[in-house]
Amino acid sequence: MNILSNLINGVSLGSVYAIIALGYTMVYGIAKMLNFAHGDVIMVGGYTCFCAMTYLHWPGIAGVVLAVIVCTVLGIVIEKLAYKPLRQATSLAVLITAIGVSYFLQNAALLIWKSDPKVFTSVVNIPTIRLFDGQLAISGTTIVTILANIVIMIGLTSFTGKTKSGKSMRAVSEDKGAAQLMGIDVNRTISLTFAIGSGLAAIAGVLLCSAYPTLMPTTGSMPGIKAFVAAVLGGIGSIPGAMLGGILLGIIEILSKAYISTQFSDAIVFTVLIVVLLIKPTGLLGKKISEKV
Amino acid sequence: MKKFKFTKYKNFATYALVIIVFVIVRSLIAGGVITNSLQGLLVPICAYICMTISLNLTVGILGELSLGHAGFMSVGAFSGLAAAACLKDAIPNGGLRLVIAIIIGALFAAIAGLIIGIPVLRLQGDYLAIVTLAFGEIIKNILNNLYVGLDKAGLHFSMTDSSALGMSGGTVLINGPRGAVGMSKLSTFTAGFILILVTLFITLNLINSRSGRAIMAIRDNRIAAEATGINITKYKLMAFVTSAAMAGMAGVLYAMNYSTIVPKKFDFNTSILILVFVVLGGIGNIQGSIIAAAILTILPEFLRFMQDFRMLIYAIVLIIVMLVTNNPTLKNGLHVLRNKIGLGMHKKQQEAGGGASDE
Repeated sequence: MNILSNLINGVSLGSVYAIIALGYTMVYGIAKMLNFAHGDVIMVGGYTCFCAMTYLHWPGIAGVVLAVIVCTVLGIVIEKLAYKPLRQATSLAVLITAIGVSYFLQNAALLIWKSDPKVFTSVVNIPTIRLFDGQLAISGTTIVTILANIVIMIGLTSFTGKTKSGKSMRAVSEDKGAAQLMGIDVNRTISLTFAIGSGLAAIAGVLLCSAYPTLMPTTGSMPGIKAFVAAVLGGIGSIPGAMLGGILLGIIEILSKAYISTQFSDAIVFTVLIVVLLIKPTGLLGKKISEKV
Repeated sequence: MKKFKFTKYKNFATYALVIIVFVIVRSLIAGGVITNSLQGLLVPICAYICMTISLNLTVGILGELSLGHAGFMSVGAFSGLAAAACLKDAIPNGGLRLVIAIIIGALFAAIAGLIIGIPVLRLQGDYLAIVTLAFGEIIKNILNNLYVGLDKAGLHFSMTDSSALGMSGGTVLINGPRGAVGMSKLSTFTAGFILILVTLFITLNLINSRSGRAIMAIRDNRIAAEATGINITKYKLMAFVTSAAMAGMAGVLYAMNYSTIVPKKFDFNTSILILVFVVLGGIGNIQGSIIAAAILTILPEFLRFMQDFRMLIYAIVLIIVMLVTNNPTLKNGLHVLRNKIGLGMHKKQQEAGGGASDE
């Protein structure tokens, strides 16, 4: 029973990583940039939902909606102000700007909400399910997280596969110039990608804080880095890859915490990434790019 | 031939810059102009300058993005600290002990660089960057759980806790997440200054040697370099390990400035901070690295009057500088402005860390 419960917890944590990793991977696929501010958007989402629930006494679901709206707008604004002027710049310049944005968000949060950790009440009030005479307990948050992940995965796959905007997103990520020639508004598509990624980050933030209820200005950094690792593990730029990478990472982390060592779980997670990249240099589901001379 | 003379002149100018600034700061300290809080920043500035030069070797000269450079700093710092503590009775002279600690720190960081470099340098681009990030985190995680003790029987190591060291008396040198406590502060401003010169000497000589040209050829076009018979792995590793060793030296200098140092100090944020210095100073520009590291370390100190807002301002300044120096429209505007005001503006811009990679 123990292993089953650990596996479920792993999938749940992995689902959060996967939702965050989707944001990274979509932005990377379309803008070829490592958006280091993504982790801090999660934190903003968490705080927004916290404020709506604690100060405005809104119900949890309204808090989530507000968080998604705030983060979506934030994502678009960040893209317009900080990244759009750097479309032609080197990737390193964009990376440093993203780091600047990350500093900005963290310090703004520090000013607004102060450094003391806030206790986040879970938005989920489904009771814990007990199976096999109470030997296996699955909390409501876990179930909702896994369900949310499945819904998002199905939604996003059909969005990129079926709708016009989704198709244009895939076109832009494949070849920006050619997409423009086909009449696709590249800037609008990139904005849309940032909007979707940031909206997903808000959901991930709320789910993360529901499972681990301390909220600080630096809450988003470590999950952000882990989700980034998950995106690379699965093959950055690939949506199913982000899903696979996220869930694998969550399972590895929880299992290594339970059976190997609590202190070294981070080291184990990162070692797995390194090993995978050495065997498959573009990640599990990444496209192999042949080198031209 | 002309080009050769120019680089020689430029190297000379870089050394001269460091020496002149050192003499000025020394006389300012003697004159009592520099406040205590600024004086406390002098050694960290020197350490950051060395770190920035070292990372610039990886990012600018080798052309590979490293996001885990603080890991090497950490390895150097803690091996150096342990060495210095072991030699406390054998070598009473603080300066000599610092030199030995720095050498040992560099050695350990170089070994770490070699172990990491062999797998990492097979990858390319963003994948390489993420693996260096992963290694940085692994190093932090390991050092966070490393316990080292010293008693009459010698050194004891443990990865669980300090009681598992099995010591009879003696002292715990490195205490897991609590780091090294009660260390003697051996670093001085002069030591930092000498270390900068050593770092500069190593880097500039490497860049202007046959190996350095090979490394830059790999950066500019790996396939063409390989076709001309350059051993890619060898030269990449050479640059990476040198860079790691110098980061280790800087780590020892930094750590020896405090009586307590925790492994958490050398995390991802520190790696990023150094990377920001490198990019703002100009990628591949060693002089720029020195200036950017110095100014950006002091900047938060001068922004102190803004209290809680200072890091926010710092972030905004960072974003604006990146936009102005990299956006074609804004860059043109800057050029027009520069021409209107005259050449004097150009110098000022560079000192403000704004004149990114003119090289």
